[in-house]
Amino acid sequence: MVDLKTTYMGLPLKNPFVISASPLSEKIDTLRKLEDLNASAVVIYSLFEEQIIHEQLTMHARLEQGTEAYSESLSYFPMPENFRLGPEEYLEHVRKAKEALSIPVIASLNGYTLGGWIEYSQKLENAGADAIECNVYYIPTSFDEDENKIQSRYIEILTAIKKTVSIPVAMKLSPYFTSMSRVAKHLEHAGADALVLFNRFYQPDIDLDDMAVKPHLVLSTSFESRLALRWIAILYGHIKTSFAATGGIHTSEDAIKLILAGADAIQLCSVLLKNGIEYFTTLYDGVVKWMKDKEYESVNQMKGSVSQKTCADPSAFERANYMKTLLSI
Amino acid sequence: MKKHYVTIDGNEAAAYSAYHTNEIIAIYPITPSSPMGELSDAWSAAGVPNIWGTVPRVIEMQSEGGASGAVHGALSTGALSTTFTSSQGLLLMIPNMFKIAGELTPMVIHIAARTLATHCLSIFGDHSDVMACRSTGYAFLASNSIQEVMDFALIAQAATLKSRVPFLHFFDGFRISHEVQKVEQVSLDVMRAMIDDELVRQHRARALNPDRPVIRGTAQNPDHFFQGRESINKYYFACAGIVQEYMNRYAGLVDRHYHLFDYTGSPDAERVIIMMGSGAEAAHEAVDFMNNKGENVGLVKVRLYRPFSIEHFIKSLPPTVKSVAVLDRTKEPGAIGEPLYVDVVNAFVEAQKEGIGSFKKIPNIIGGRYGLSSKEFTPAMVKGVFDELNKEKPKKSFSVGINDDVTYLSISYDPDYSTEGEDVFRGVFFGLGADGTVGANKNSIKIIGEETENYAQGYFVYDSRKAGTVTVSHLRFGKQPIRSIYLVNKAKFVACHQWVFLEKYDMLDYAIEGAIFLLNSPYGPDEIWDKIPREVQEQIIKKKIRFFVIDAYEVAKKTGMGARVNTIMQTCFFAISNVLPKDEAIQAIKDAIKKTYGGRGDKIVQMNYAAVEQTVANLFEVKYPNKVTSTIKKPPIVSEEAPEFVKGFTAEIIAGRGDLLPVSKFPVDGTFPTATTQWEKRNIALEIPVWDPSICIQCGKCAIVCPHAAIRTKVYEPKYLEGAPATFLSMDYKGNEFSGWKYSVQVAPEDCTGCVLCVEACPAKSKEEAKHKSLNMQPQIPLREQERENYAFFLAIPDVDRRLVRINTVKGSQLLRPLFEYSGACSGCGETPYVKLLSQLFGDRAVIGNATGCSSIYGGNLPTTPYCQDANGRGPAWCNSLFEDNAEFGFGFRLTFDKHMEYGKELVKKLAHILGDELAKGIVKADQTTEEEIYAQRERVAELQKKLADNTSKDALNLLAVADALVKRSVWILGGDGWAYDIGYGGLDHVLASGRDVNVLVLDTEVYSNTGGQMSKATPRAAVAKFAASGKPAPKKDLGLMAMAYSNVYVAQVALGSNDAQCLRAFLEAEAYPGPSLIIAYSHCIAHGINMIRGLDQQKKAVDSGYWILYRYNPALIEKGECPLKIDSKDPKFPFEEYAYYETRYQMLTKSDPEGAKLLMKAATNDVKMRWNFYQQFSKIRYGNDCSKKDK
Repeated sequence: MVDLKTTYMGLPLKNPFVISASPLSEKIDTLRKLEDLNASAVVIYSLFEEQIIHEQLTMHARLEQGTEAYSESLSYFPMPENFRLGPEEYLEHVRKAKEALSIPVIASLNGYTLGGWIEYSQKLENAGADAIECNVYYIPTSFDEDENKIQSRYIEILTAIKKTVSIPVAMKLSPYFTSMSRVAKHLEHAGADALVLFNRFYQPDIDLDDMAVKPHLVLSTSFESRLALRWIAILYGHIKTSFAATGGIHTSEDAIKLILAGADAIQLCSVLLKNGIEYFTTLYDGVVKWMKDKEYESVNQMKGSVSQKTCADPSAFERANYMKTLLSI
Repeated sequence: MKKHYVTIDGNEAAAYSAYHTNEIIAIYPITPSSPMGELSDAWSAAGVPNIWGTVPRVIEMQSEGGASGAVHGALSTGALSTTFTSSQGLLLMIPNMFKIAGELTPMVIHIAARTLATHCLSIFGDHSDVMACRSTGYAFLASNSIQEVMDFALIAQAATLKSRVPFLHFFDGFRISHEVQKVEQVSLDVMRAMIDDELVRQHRARALNPDRPVIRGTAQNPDHFFQGRESINKYYFACAGIVQEYMNRYAGLVDRHYHLFDYTGSPDAERVIIMMGSGAEAAHEAVDFMNNKGENVGLVKVRLYRPFSIEHFIKSLPPTVKSVAVLDRTKEPGAIGEPLYVDVVNAFVEAQKEGIGSFKKIPNIIGGRYGLSSKEFTPAMVKGVFDELNKEKPKKSFSVGINDDVTYLSISYDPDYSTEGEDVFRGVFFGLGADGTVGANKNSIKIIGEETENYAQGYFVYDSRKAGTVTVSHLRFGKQPIRSIYLVNKAKFVACHQWVFLEKYDMLDYAIEGAIFLLNSPYGPDEIWDKIPREVQEQIIKKKIRFFVIDAYEVAKKTGMGARVNTIMQTCFFAISNVLPKDEAIQAIKDAIKKTYGGRGDKIVQMNYAAVEQTVANLFEVKYPNKVTSTIKKPPIVSEEAPEFVKGFTAEIIAGRGDLLPVSKFPVDGTFPTATTQWEKRNIALEIPVWDPSICIQCGKCAIVCPHAAIRTKVYEPKYLEGAPATFLSMDYKGNEFSGWKYSVQVAPEDCTGCVLCVEACPAKSKEEAKHKSLNMQPQIPLREQERENYAFFLAIPDVDRRLVRINTVKGSQLLRPLFEYSGACSGCGETPYVKLLSQLFGDRAVIGNATGCSSIYGGNLPTTPYCQDANGRGPAWCNSLFEDNAEFGFGFRLTFDKHMEYGKELVKKLAHILGDELAKGIVKADQTTEEEIYAQRERVAELQKKLADNTSKDALNLLAVADALVKRSVWILGGDGWAYDIGYGGLDHVLASGRDVNVLVLDTEVYSNTGGQMSKATPRAAVAKFAASGKPAPKKDLGLMAMAYSNVYVAQVALGSNDAQCLRAFLEAEAYPGPSLIIAYSHCIAHGINMIRGLDQQKKAVDSGYWILYRYNPALIEKGECPLKIDSKDPKFPFEEYAYYETRYQMLTKSDPEGAKLLMKAATNDVKMRWNFYQQFSKIRYGNDCSKKDK
């Protein structure tokens, strides 16, 4: 029997396969099934800063719209006593997930400014979350924002959340940093318990009928996991946080490679959305089979064994690889 | 026991006492009593128990008639039951009131007394509704203040249980129902001490009960009915005594002692006023003031009007009284006098006969009317009445408060006479509707009322329009209870919360010398002086006003408050007025913010806090020169080109001088000229659409969706461009029908509300820059002058000949002139585009019956009305009868036109020898289906009128009187879903079943929009509405399907924002169909909780989700053997919730009851699927011979 156990930001997991923040966690029933299929932890879909702030603003504006203006209709809606705007629904979901599952439940906060929403991390902890994954989904479009401050934004948000909670906090990052390594170092110093690499930015699309820009969800492909592979391999051994790979893990081979690069956890989303959650077993069994075939005893044994630090050719993760790749054509 | 004070309005005071002493509450929304039902519903939903520890149940019925029936049933089976209503709603209860009283059933109806509709509708207050119920057998108890409302609601409940006489407890609509005052809240223990449980048990023992069966409500006959009716007398004889008994008991529990008739004033007064209602408080204030000045006057406040106790009344008066003025807040045309006057005269006569009291001689009694429809009633008018009593020959029957220059019944008074004390703070605040001014002032009153020893009063005057409206808040604070139940007119503090008001309203007319003027201004203290009009400068200098400015817009912008300047202006008020120490005030404002917005989330609270904190640093006092320097003058109210009636009458109302209009200026029967909105340039849009012809595809969508007829299209011969202003835009017409002609899209810059719907609907996008459309919003002010000139030029170009237009295309239909323009509907209203379309297609021959509701308010509320006329002077003739009878009312139109058509033809035949056979035959046989045919008939009728012009024979004269009806009339019956689905359904059903040619347009907003979003049977399942705070549990009634069941009714369901061509087709088919037609039009609404800019998009989503099925059911197809039902919607593209959860009405339930919301959404989604499947199958049913053959 191979040993799949791993530890991810201090949480002991029965295997590296974690369900990433996605619609997969919207229904408690689905979560239960995923646990039965052997998922080792679940990141609940994100609670967005916009959800907290902008929803309040929108709802407020609509409830106030047209009020106290015309004598026959001074308001347009009843105001139930227990009407509460905020993340209550999300907190309730976390609570229910925690009750229903025995595997760790990780709550996900998604935002990009220092603001009141950060205080909700405390509420997530109180709701029973075992950890928080903080997704700073930030696209610096301003021509005036100081580039040095962009990086600081991540550190400040992490510091603020760490001050608020005692459970582990993971930072989910995009790959678009001037120096990924240095950012990782800063985050490590600021107390990050894990780095989740990488966030996928959903790119906009143009609707040719409407001539309008519209969001368009495209599921990941295997190829995308290579970016995480590079950076996990580079950071492994230098940064003391845990690593979770996310984005583009579609086959057992993808997962194996990432573990070899140094990932403690493998986050799954697109592959299950595309093939159905039962496909989890295929991935899981594939890893077990490979380990058996290769006579690996445990995931811990595999972890980081082909990282930059441990591999035969460290330059393969660097610029030199570029030339090699081109020459290989 | 420590007294508990609350700051509430009259409706809340009544509802508080009524709710806690009842268990079944059946209601129906009507202004101004709706909040009593809404509060009760909210308390019930929150599980607030009554004094017996059980939660009262609140049920909304289909009408007030229904509510009274439900109450009667509940009472008959032993429940304690109540209801709330006003005006015509009370009239609908009268049949049951006779029954309830006849059966000696204890109950109380709480009335926010409102004017009955007569020559017009009015939502405001007087006693005409309660006075119409005098013969029902109800006892009448009148409250004059908010405190009395709470007290008397309880006393009435206690007394009814003992007397078994049902009570009508009333207080003045708006003036009391909506005035906010600091009052003592009666404790539940006091309530328990007032209500005798044994009497409750006796009431239950009389209930219908199969274990002890009785029969009630029998039919009786001449030999015994009369005696039975007389058997109740002793209860009425005892009633007054019982009321006094409970008033005495109440005095022992709280520190307020009331009597059936309360006298105040000099103990040896010679002149006395007798009255009831809120006006008595103004009279009380005047009496005190006058007596302090050495006069000798008094006032009797009538509390229990029915049963009228002569003895108590006579004994309440000082024996020294020589003359009496009885004031009634109602009018009874043709009577000897108004009701209270007649009763008082009678009481004196009876007392004299019976030797009651110590009057040697009956005083000289005169009767007067005051305050109809909330007309102001002030101490100055009271003084005028007392002065009248001083005259040798006072007017026996008079009016006060108006200038009756026709029958000269009004008495004069000095409007400058004031009784207001120096120790009372008085402020007026001008705000824009929905900018939060009123809410902030309500908070200020609460802060001052509850944080200090001061008494506080607030009254709020709203506009009659729904978009761009002004609100005026009248606030008073003082150490003594406030009796000044009239508007503030000598203000110490005047605040203008919106810069644009400076040119529109004479706000400083309210200010006394040395008053403070606070202005929200985009200009700072150094530059403001020359930016304000000369008239304002003059007032500031003359009255030595302290002048403060703040740029609240900027502070609001910086703190994320958007257009809501409420918190900022409120902070300024406290910072300047020193009503409270500054720090204390700021903390109190913050506490109030937390309380008000806490549930809306921390962001909202923090935003408001930030606004408070940044205000003081931006508030400046202006140092101004002692001379008028401005070159800005206030513009005229209406254009010089306006008709005389508009200049002399309408403009006065617009200017806020309506109170000064004399009786002679008024039409005697409520009939007014149409087409008056064009003279009121409201300039409420911040941005207006600007047309780019280079990419325009001439689709007409901008014009068809415009709710305000403020963007129009026209086609015309090129010659009309001669003399066009330099900036006037035109392009070649695209299409063969007007080849070589020009086409223009033009905005009415001063009538546009800036709703953006035209831009949203515009499909033409620039090839180079996708965001640039053929219509784009730009700031109005820089464009105003230019576009005003362009619009005037556009209007002067002749309208196209209707006969040449392809009206069955969207583009063609929009070349027809709208005969419904610039209404006061909400900006971006979802209803008005349908009304406008109707007016374009059929307006020149339409007669419209309009149910009460939004469409009657924006359609017919003075000062200006939107239905207008074409170049020939033709246009819709419009009338509102009632809420409940609209279908029948419009049906009556049809009956007339059919009869007059018939009679006219009979006379034409009779006069054929004069008219000529050809003309006579032409008229009688005319087919009037197309525009050409209608035109031809008009020509023939004109010829007839010409030929008979000098004919004085009886037949000729009679024919001329009905000749207009020989041209086809288009009868339209308009109303909202509250009317069509609920209160008017019985009549609508009957009219649809009649087979007669009427067209019914239901503007379906799925709630009672006009009264603030109460649930109707059109409300969909899962949506939150008032009276459905937990989401409506039952599905939407399928009105269309019910009408289709008759199989001879044309039925269409339309949504302009989804499919304008289908909508147009439905209107044309409905009108052409020679039987009854019903169009149900999806109307997005502010009460849906949407961004109104996205209204059209929501219509589209409603259709695309399968929720709102577009269809046309044309019975004419049955004869052809075709299925009459055509589905015009495509298969649903996405789930119902994708449409629904954009709207607050659905979304908010997920915040208050997430589990319940899920269940209801599931059920609602299922409703949508089931209805879709049903309609699909229905549309495939085989009809006619084809069907029967196969079945054989």
